[in-house]
Amino acid sequence: MSEPLTVEDTLRENRLFLNRIVASVLGMLIGVALLITRLIYLQVAGHEQYASLSRENQVKIAPIPPDRGLILDRNGVPLAENLVTYSLEVIPEQIKDLPTLFHALEGAINFDESDIEQFQELKARRKGFESVPIRLGLTEEEVARLAVRLPWLNGAEIRTRMLRNYPYRELTAHVIGYIARINDKEQESLDPAQYRGTIFIGKNGLEKSYESLLHGQTGHEEFEANVKGRVIRRLGMTEPVDGADLHLSLDIGLQKTAMDALGDYRGAVVAIDPANGQVLALASKPSYDPNPFIQGINKKSYDALQNDEARPLYDRATRGGYPPGSTVKPFEALAGLELMNLSPASRIACPGYFRLPGSRHKYRDWAHSGHGATDMRLAIIQSCDVYFYTLATRLGIGRLHDFMQGRFGFGQVTGLDIAGEKGGLYPSEQWKRSHRKAEWMAGDTVIAGIGQGFVTATPLQMARATAILANRGTSPEPRLVREIKAGWRFEDPHPRRPPIGRGISAQHWSTVVGAMVDVVQRGTAQRISSGLTYRMAGKTGTAQVFSVAQSKTYKGMRVTRSMRDHAWFIAFAPAEAPRIAVAVIAENAGHGGTVAAPIARKVIDRYLLSTPP
Amino acid sequence: MRIDPLLTQIRMQSGGSPGWLHRVPLDLPLLGGLAALSGIALVVLYSASGQELDVLIRQSLRLLLAMGGMLAVAYVHPRFLYNITPILYMVAIVMLVLVLLVGKTSMGAQRWLDLGIVRFQPSELMKLATPMMLAWYLARYAPPPSLKSFLLACALILLPVLLIAKQPDLGTAILVGSSGTAVIFLSGLSWAYLLGILAVGASALPLLWKMLHGYQRDRILMLLNPEADPLGRGYHIIQSKIAIGSGGIGGKGWLHGTQVRLEFLPESSTDFIFAVLAEEFGLVGCLGLLGAYFIILARCLCIVARAKDRYSRYLAGALTLTFFVYIFVNISMVIGILPVVGVPLPLVSYGGTSTVTLLAGFGILMSIQYHENSRAMK
Repeated sequence: MSEPLTVEDTLRENRLFLNRIVASVLGMLIGVALLITRLIYLQVAGHEQYASLSRENQVKIAPIPPDRGLILDRNGVPLAENLVTYSLEVIPEQIKDLPTLFHALEGAINFDESDIEQFQELKARRKGFESVPIRLGLTEEEVARLAVRLPWLNGAEIRTRMLRNYPYRELTAHVIGYIARINDKEQESLDPAQYRGTIFIGKNGLEKSYESLLHGQTGHEEFEANVKGRVIRRLGMTEPVDGADLHLSLDIGLQKTAMDALGDYRGAVVAIDPANGQVLALASKPSYDPNPFIQGINKKSYDALQNDEARPLYDRATRGGYPPGSTVKPFEALAGLELMNLSPASRIACPGYFRLPGSRHKYRDWAHSGHGATDMRLAIIQSCDVYFYTLATRLGIGRLHDFMQGRFGFGQVTGLDIAGEKGGLYPSEQWKRSHRKAEWMAGDTVIAGIGQGFVTATPLQMARATAILANRGTSPEPRLVREIKAGWRFEDPHPRRPPIGRGISAQHWSTVVGAMVDVVQRGTAQRISSGLTYRMAGKTGTAQVFSVAQSKTYKGMRVTRSMRDHAWFIAFAPAEAPRIAVAVIAENAGHGGTVAAPIARKVIDRYLLSTPP
Repeated sequence: MRIDPLLTQIRMQSGGSPGWLHRVPLDLPLLGGLAALSGIALVVLYSASGQELDVLIRQSLRLLLAMGGMLAVAYVHPRFLYNITPILYMVAIVMLVLVLLVGKTSMGAQRWLDLGIVRFQPSELMKLATPMMLAWYLARYAPPPSLKSFLLACALILLPVLLIAKQPDLGTAILVGSSGTAVIFLSGLSWAYLLGILAVGASALPLLWKMLHGYQRDRILMLLNPEADPLGRGYHIIQSKIAIGSGGIGGKGWLHGTQVRLEFLPESSTDFIFAVLAEEFGLVGCLGLLGAYFIILARCLCIVARAKDRYSRYLAGALTLTFFVYIFVNISMVIGILPVVGVPLPLVSYGGTSTVTLLAGFGILMSIQYHENSRAMK
């Protein structure tokens, strides 16, 4: 042991040692003060924040996605349905080693990088305690293969999930649209609470425009789970409300008739019930199978569709703007009767061409030898161009524009309840100035008189205009959805406006409708009159796609198919009490009376003869 | 000179104990503090372990056994400890070398020596042997130590510290290092030297940084910004802070800590047990625990102040200061002001080895108290 100390040394050493003890005590006090300060910072100042973080840790919310609403045709035939399918899913919290799981899957089913990519995308989007599908729509063989391996696929489960199916594929693709995986942009604008647990969203067609109703309301289950995701106890549950069923006015039988009637032609058929605007058929050809889009179509197939020169993804019925050609003539005749007090009996001489005063340019009639002295009735029956060149020039583009747009909706969207509809165009002087930076020419009015030049209209617009004609003035708003059946109070995303009617003298209607009946009986659409058991009013149209030079004739030219005229036909029947209004266009098909009219006849026949009034 | 009367006063006040106890070297105030602490520890541990009675019983037995060990050590006269100090230190050094050569690896670190019957952790022995050796060496000269003895003292510390850090066991290395440094501090090394060490230490930090293992660097970086990797390396700190903060002032109540019960808090019964206490008993519980530690430390300081020879003073003082460092480092890492190093909360964290060493240390303090007293009585 150390040497004994002297008194002086002891005192000095004692003091030094005690000094150090005091310093140590001070140091300890500072340390304790530091700890207590930090504890107060965490437990008093930060308490609320940490308490909510702790609650977030503790309470897990698992969404219960609703079943998507069905889409049914007017007779209850499902056009979009949900099939029970098997999917392989995981709750990521419960999986420690995803790569190993993926590796195991590669051996079991046809599973590759793109599956992993899709999974990672879904996983990144999910908010919390949610089952994420690794593979949807497993085949029975895959289910069997996975079932035996499940004990080794730690944490993965085979679950049932509803998967959308469109049984009529091409037939309804443009009407129903399809659903597909939610993308990042859509995710941003979605209500995250409603779309937790939802993988798909309507991308176009009715699936898109009625998304809010079809989706339904997401339920959720709250429970306490530990860090490994094991559920300790259930705290509460809100049941989901399944999506609304949409009952359409569309008749799938009629839709098929229309598609079949189009045959190999590209084109569209739109059929409307004039009484209420309900769409009976909305066909666009060619079409595509929407089913592969649901789970993500592969790039090769998509490119093939996208680059197809026939443009199957393009909905001609609501988006295709075509020159309406001679189908505008009955409407113009009404303008003449209404705005100029024109007598239907007054005749215009048709020498086969029309000249503007002081001009040598010849606007030719389709009948090169001319129709002779032509009154309004004959002009419609024979589709005399010169009569309407003259009428249009007399009316002037201003009055024509206001009448065609105001009474028959040319140049305006019809307000159909699917997105993406185009409005076509009915030109005016002002329009030309602002859009073409050019002054209106007298010749522009002349060719507008036969639905050429700047005038374009979609088949849907033509069907609506025809319905107004059939109604003798009452304008219905076209609708695909007839009834919505939802389990909650909802707001119709496409509210129905009451039909607008604007008075035109009854006599004028009779003149024009009578002429249209004769179009079918003995006029340009005469060939469909045989065996007709009801009275049909119609009008043919042959829209020029390619301008023929002044000195040449169309017949004498070598024309490729894409240069040939579009064939139009609009019609309604029965003429005295119309139940259906139809517009048909067949692209590059030639004469309207030859190609388009028989298509319309098939559709109207099918509707009137198979459906009781 | 102002301090001397105080010293005398402290000695006078704490001198008297009932007669029969003079024959048993147990220090009642210290024992009381330890008992209170153990009580708190067992209550918290029951919740932290997921209410496993098994764990509770095992820890109680350990505490009792270690208390027996403490009593045994208390019987040993400080003079005997003084005499065996160099041998003990040498043996411990040899064992540390052996650990590195033939030791058992557990969780990526080599800490254990298999002695056939028991597995033994030489670094724990070093927690006592290092301050003993430093006290032994510095007690040979009148304070303050000369530069030569200071340098040799430093070498005596660095040797075990480096051997332990190499295992790697940063927590124990820090504790062993501080126990030795405490002796140098208490031996009256001038403040100038101490500041010098501080300066050298600070300038050596970059070098030290290079020597650190990847996971140790991560822990330091995580402390600065745990949210950078909330599911990976920052997870411990974040979950611990959530547990503590959500406890608030009054706590969530015993057995009602969700962070613990749902296993969000890692290592809840060992290194992070303080967070369990903080979550379930709140700030009040934390202050209560600090209070129990305060009783123990206060009593230890009394013993230190009354020790009469240099060796006893240095050793008792160093053990007391190390006990504080123990507490400070653990709580600091749990509340997120120091990096996560593996230092348990003394006498509260579940585990046997450190409990035995700690209580042996208190045994030494009791021995010093008892034998100083009895000598004073003679």
